[in-house]
Amino acid sequence: MSIGYVETQRVVLATRDDPLGLASGRSLDHVEVAYETYGRLNAARDNAIVVCHALTGDAHAAGHHGDPRRRGWWDNIIGPGRPLDTGRFFVVSANLLGGCQGTTGPSSIDPSTGEPYAMDFPLLAVSDFVTTHRRLVRHLGIERVHAVVGGSLGGMQALSWALEAPHEVESAVVVAASSRLSAQNIAFSAVAREAIMRDENFCDGRYHGTGRSPDVGLAVARMMAHITYLSEAAMTAKFGRRFQGSDAPRFGFGVDFQVESYLRHQGESFLSRFDALSYLYLSRALDYYDPFGEPAAPEQLRALAEAGRRVLVLSFDSDWRFDTGHSLVIARTLEHAGVPVTFREVSSPTGHDSFLLPVPEYHAVVAAFLGALRAR
Amino acid sequence: MRADLEIVSSLVPPGARVLDLGCGSGDLLERLATKGCRGTGVEIDPDAFLASVARGVAVLSLDLDAQLDAFADDSYDVVVLSVTLQTTRRPRQVMAEMARIAPSSVLSVPNFAYWRHRSELLLSGRMPVSAELPYPWYQTPNIHLSTLPDTEALVDDVGLQVDTRILLDEQHRPLRRQRVAGNLRAARAVYTLVRRP
Repeated sequence: MSIGYVETQRVVLATRDDPLGLASGRSLDHVEVAYETYGRLNAARDNAIVVCHALTGDAHAAGHHGDPRRRGWWDNIIGPGRPLDTGRFFVVSANLLGGCQGTTGPSSIDPSTGEPYAMDFPLLAVSDFVTTHRRLVRHLGIERVHAVVGGSLGGMQALSWALEAPHEVESAVVVAASSRLSAQNIAFSAVAREAIMRDENFCDGRYHGTGRSPDVGLAVARMMAHITYLSEAAMTAKFGRRFQGSDAPRFGFGVDFQVESYLRHQGESFLSRFDALSYLYLSRALDYYDPFGEPAAPEQLRALAEAGRRVLVLSFDSDWRFDTGHSLVIARTLEHAGVPVTFREVSSPTGHDSFLLPVPEYHAVVAAFLGALRAR
Repeated sequence: MRADLEIVSSLVPPGARVLDLGCGSGDLLERLATKGCRGTGVEIDPDAFLASVARGVAVLSLDLDAQLDAFADDSYDVVVLSVTLQTTRRPRQVMAEMARIAPSSVLSVPNFAYWRHRSELLLSGRMPVSAELPYPWYQTPNIHLSTLPDTEALVDDVGLQVDTRILLDEQHRPLRRQRVAGNLRAARAVYTLVRRP
């Protein structure tokens, strides 16, 4: 069953008197966070599940904002009777720090200048996303969450939360994620950022208020990234070599193949909902992510194992953006440390994007994992 | 609970850290949890994996032939491999990995030299199909069959030795007389293995 109408809420989680310290050593004097909740927090306050979004997600994970046809990005997994069962769980979804959908980010106003931060915004790390989420959860009166769940960059947050604060999470669900990007992964991010930063309207990031914005660069970045989210088989099934609005080729350099039209649409529609500066900051956080390489990692892993926190690691066999090898590194590192880990590669033809889709086996495993923990 | 799992369970000391390779639906691990054991399973079948997850068992879907490096040296007290060795592509490597992961193992194997198998091969001249080995040769998962002396030679080869050996009949109950013509009378054997000093 689906969730109905929901509203995004906002809360200030850092002020001049209580700034948010970042992994870089810098801090933010004003942090506002956009979030949504689904279901009810029980009296014991122990049934919360935090959903972490991926690179370009937002707080609106489930339900709708007025038009029931336009639903949140993870609506298929959240709701009564769904794996993140709102009949049992209180689900919290927040926009990431550095994002552009209601949470403070590089396009927000810097209180010290009255201007947007732009590239003066501090560089962010995945642990900064976690620090912000932890503040939100405390604000909601929750000391320990039942599970932190996420795919891709969301899975990295779930993993980091378990490592950094094992006493605050019962379990983590890490789907289609990586603990360390490969050279190929970083290369894709690099080209996306080059497209944005070399756009003549980027203006060193100070494009706000100029009537200009790096739309070409951002759209190209999105088009290229989108290719990496799909498998070759999925693209073949969806588009083949079919032509757009025609049975025959037009022979030219315009949009002729259906796949070209699709990608252009993906790029254009992205502009209305995403900001180029956020794209730079969030994608850079992925590149530098290496939690098991941090000096604190051995101690963190030991604490996680001692606390007996359970981690579910899932990958998809057609995902080549973060293939199963990435998930195996996570599973193996946790297992070697003595953390109770459950791992499976799920078969799905749809590539990296599978984590967003209602793949039956995937949803069944997530539901079983969350339900078994609850029953204990 | 299968009769042979009762026997395996009785061979695992209370409180042990147990790795069950081919854990199925998690029956053994759930039973061992009542003895204070902390367990992890490995299971590749999707339905059995899901059943284990639903029971709250920590279970990994890994290829026994290639991915046991997911487990650190001496990270468990006991590794269990129950009627699975004969389905692996590289039994020797699997056994060597077991010897690396834990100081002791519990191994159960079907016995190809069981009298019923011998007589079927002798009299009909065809590959045996029995309760213990129920598949025709062309679709059996049991691709590396062995007799008890064969199994024990492999145990020796990977640096392990037999600590105890329990011979079972077709109903997987212990044979009444364990010392008489075991390789003929046993349908299956359960071993506890330890590293050779």
